Amino acid sequence: MTTTEVKSEQKAAKPVTQLGDRIFAGSAKGAGIAILVVLAGVASFLLIEAFPAVTAPESELPGGLVAYVGPLIFGTLLGAVIALVVATPAAVAVALFISHYAPRRLSQGLSYIVDLLAAVPSIVYGLWGAWTLAPLSVPLSNWLTDNLGWIPLFAGPASTTGRTMMVVGLVLAVMILPIITAVAREVFLQTPSLHEEAALALGATRWEMIRMAVLPFGRSGIISGAMLGLGRALGETMAVAMILSVSGAVTFNLISSENPGTIAANIALQFPEASGITVNVLIASGLVLFVITLLVNMLARYIVERRRDFSGAN
Amino acid sequence: MKTKRRAPRARLAAVGIATTTALFVAGCGAANEGGGGGGGAAEGQGVSGTISGAGASSQQAAMQAWIAGFGNANPDATVNYDPVGSGGGRTQFAEGGVQFAGSDAYLKDEQLEQARQRCGGSVIEIPNYVSPIGIVYKVDGVDNLNLAPATIAGIFDGKITTWNDPAIAADNPGVQLPATPITPVHRSDESGTTENLTEFMNQAAPEAWPHEADGNWPVQGGEAAQGTSGVIGAVNAGNGTIGYADASQAGDLKMANVKLGDQNVAPTAEAAAKILEESQRVEGQGDTSFAFDLNRTAAGGAYPVVLVSYLMACPTYADQEQADVTKAFLNYVVSDAGQQAAAEAAGSAPLSENLRNQITPVIDRISAGG
Amino acid sequence: MTGTGLEAPASTTPAVLRRKGSLPRWAPLGILAATAVVMAGVAAATGSGVGLWAFLTAVVYAVATYTTSRVVEGARKAADRLVTVIVTGAFVLAMVPLVSVLWTVIAQGWERFDVTFFTNSMRGIVGEGGGALHAIQGTLIITGLAAAMSIPVGVLTAIYLVEYGSNSKLSRAITFFVDVMTGIPSIVAGLFAYALFTLLLGPGVRFGFVGAVALTVLMIPIVVRSTEEMLKIVPNELREAAFALGVPKWRTILKVVIPTTAGGIATGITLAIARVIGETAPLLVTVGLATGVNLNPFDSRMATLPVFSYYSYATPGVPRDPFLDRAWTAALVLMLIVMILNVVARLISRYFSPKTR
Repeated sequence: MTTTEVKSEQKAAKPVTQLGDRIFAGSAKGAGIAILVVLAGVASFLLIEAFPAVTAPESELPGGLVAYVGPLIFGTLLGAVIALVVATPAAVAVALFISHYAPRRLSQGLSYIVDLLAAVPSIVYGLWGAWTLAPLSVPLSNWLTDNLGWIPLFAGPASTTGRTMMVVGLVLAVMILPIITAVAREVFLQTPSLHEEAALALGATRWEMIRMAVLPFGRSGIISGAMLGLGRALGETMAVAMILSVSGAVTFNLISSENPGTIAANIALQFPEASGITVNVLIASGLVLFVITLLVNMLARYIVERRRDFSGAN
Repeated sequence: MKTKRRAPRARLAAVGIATTTALFVAGCGAANEGGGGGGGAAEGQGVSGTISGAGASSQQAAMQAWIAGFGNANPDATVNYDPVGSGGGRTQFAEGGVQFAGSDAYLKDEQLEQARQRCGGSVIEIPNYVSPIGIVYKVDGVDNLNLAPATIAGIFDGKITTWNDPAIAADNPGVQLPATPITPVHRSDESGTTENLTEFMNQAAPEAWPHEADGNWPVQGGEAAQGTSGVIGAVNAGNGTIGYADASQAGDLKMANVKLGDQNVAPTAEAAAKILEESQRVEGQGDTSFAFDLNRTAAGGAYPVVLVSYLMACPTYADQEQADVTKAFLNYVVSDAGQQAAAEAAGSAPLSENLRNQITPVIDRISAGG
Repeated sequence: MTGTGLEAPASTTPAVLRRKGSLPRWAPLGILAATAVVMAGVAAATGSGVGLWAFLTAVVYAVATYTTSRVVEGARKAADRLVTVIVTGAFVLAMVPLVSVLWTVIAQGWERFDVTFFTNSMRGIVGEGGGALHAIQGTLIITGLAAAMSIPVGVLTAIYLVEYGSNSKLSRAITFFVDVMTGIPSIVAGLFAYALFTLLLGPGVRFGFVGAVALTVLMIPIVVRSTEEMLKIVPNELREAAFALGVPKWRTILKVVIPTTAGGIATGITLAIARVIGETAPLLVTVGLATGVNLNPFDSRMATLPVFSYYSYATPGVPRDPFLDRAWTAALVLMLIVMILNVVARLISRYFSPKTR
């Protein structure tokens, strides 16, 4: 049952091969190649459309592409990081609660609700954030800037409408919480019961069992879920556009009304009225988002690979 | 054992739900559709065919009313409109993707050339949607507010920061103004509304607002919110807030009067409609184009913060049906009935009789061929 | 595979832990009640709100539980109790915004949740009345097409990656590019689909299938990643057992691997559908907006629920209320559709999964 034994299996057990096998393997491979083709299409479309923005003369694009996209990259990362920092621990806790703490009957209902929340369209989160959460956040922002104003994050002056980066981060956290929870829950439920029973039999408390058996097994799942969530947080368009009061400032101040925009929201805000070179610039900023997501995912893959020895199954 | 029994039931339920869904999709047409139409027009009456347009979302509410009214009179004709935004509308129109476009700005430079090429010569531009932009505010205890252009510019530029500022007090003699700080709210998306407000401030108070007209908010500071609904929401959410939005959408919010000379002009449809009378047609757009450079400083009681949105079409279409439907639709839009429908549904200002009489002959020339 | 040994930790507490004695069963509830009452007093005295009261109660309860248990039961049990409090607390805290969102949508959407909304379209409607039948049908058709394209491709790709790829160059390339695909901003997917069909069919293409292609581009990476994750955690012992019995690999995958994790795969697919069913921007660019029913995804514009909802909210007419009501009800219907999908996915996965419990 140990992971070292599992590693040697690939040579040990060779499956029987048949015609059906070749067809199945072929179609699986074909599907993979189809994805590559689609992506090549998207990538070349992006590159062709973004190219004029890169080569645009100074006169058409004041300050150049970097000056335009820079604050947006900052805002995108800031919002997504807040969301991830808030949502991941909460999501793991919720997933653990559903998988290991709640009574079984209750847990089925709960996981159902969580799945349902992953399905709430982003417009709804946008409306909720702008009309419900933003006004509620105003007293908190005022308190933060009065009492913790020496922390740059809460320097203020606090926004009077609450459409701040803090609220956006929290809304994004609420949006990605169900995604991370859903993936983490599925992985936690798959923890081999032998591992769990072994831990309990050795006299571990429930928390010790979770720490020793469930979390190591689920680590790669948590990271995958977090990355799926992060992907959504980075690319979230409508909710951010509807809530955030954008000024293009590069600041860590989370509670004022001057906030950096995000790439995806900026595309949504500017695209409808854009024409000419602006369209190319917006698509180029989309390309940048692409690259950011890619880097983040590569990092996640790297972490998962490094931890593979702990991850139980393969 | 228990689960063995559950499996077939599960499948049954899945099949049941799938069937219901399929029925929902395939089975029924909408109760309000099919045959006849609501306008008392019999089948086969009017023109037939489908045309599509795309463009400014500011026109969307009015466009819904026009499409509904036109559809009732011409049950065999279908008009679609995608509110993708002015820029998208102009681009698609120039590419030939749509038969007509809606735009908050008239065609200029390169896009005018492209559109001319698409239409084979000249382009029809009609100011079909004229709507006052209200300066909305929320200040406890202030129910009536007059603001001079320079004061408006000072507020939105962040120079005037409290409601009891001398500049505001000078515009409102005798009114008790609180010391609440002002939070100006502007649009975070590029929009024709912003462009018209900045153009107004730049024309009427060039010292206080030296920035050129721009669809993107040109100065730092203040709150930003997306779209008309977003601005209204943000102004409503705060106290001491001021913003600008389509006057018909103000709802419970108060709107300031613009003080021109010694006149205080309220953002009514009638006052807004006057502005086209006071403005000059743009030179060099061709005689089928009714593009206007708005005169925002006219003294004749016209409300100067106005959004004028245009409808763009071609004088000739390759397809006979398209030409017929476009001609009929445009005629309906500028007609008295059409303008009244838009006024009711979207709070826009109806076109004047005089302007309509100039526009109608141009629309009537739409034909197939070329 | 019988039971997880988790049902009754209290009764199976090993002797090692009981040595120091244990708290009576009513202790946690008792401490909670006491804390709540005391904090209610404090809150009333300082005039703070319900939120602050709940927060203080939770913090003080955690501390009190830990201290009591530490004294009576020892450090390890105290840590266990503390974590239980934290996990439960985090759960409750996380549920607050989620329930608030659900409540908002239901409360606001209820106004127009009537028969007319499901039987009428917006054709010929000005102001009040009208319905979203056309948009509901459009959403079902377009999302259905997108799902029909992306689920087989996505699941097969995941199978390739986990079962066949074994770190080959191709599989690494696919993994890499699937990761890239998760970063496509949704509007870019829409523009791509529009550009593709413009290239093929000329300018001005607007029909349901184009939108389905755009959604497919967004859906595939989610399906691949979640399915991949679920396939990976199927124990290798199961595969080995099947191989040892002489079962060919493809039958092993279809009959052993996939059924084992069917629930997880279904969840992933539901998440993917949920992610795209609410997309606005790519659908507006590719499918446009119509006021009437159109059931043919290969010809002319279609309305979809998110586009319908967004534009009812963003560009309301006069008066505003009927437009906003329609927008909220459309959002509510969208959620209900996903809920039903979720039920179907669960039923299907239960049908396939091994009958163990």
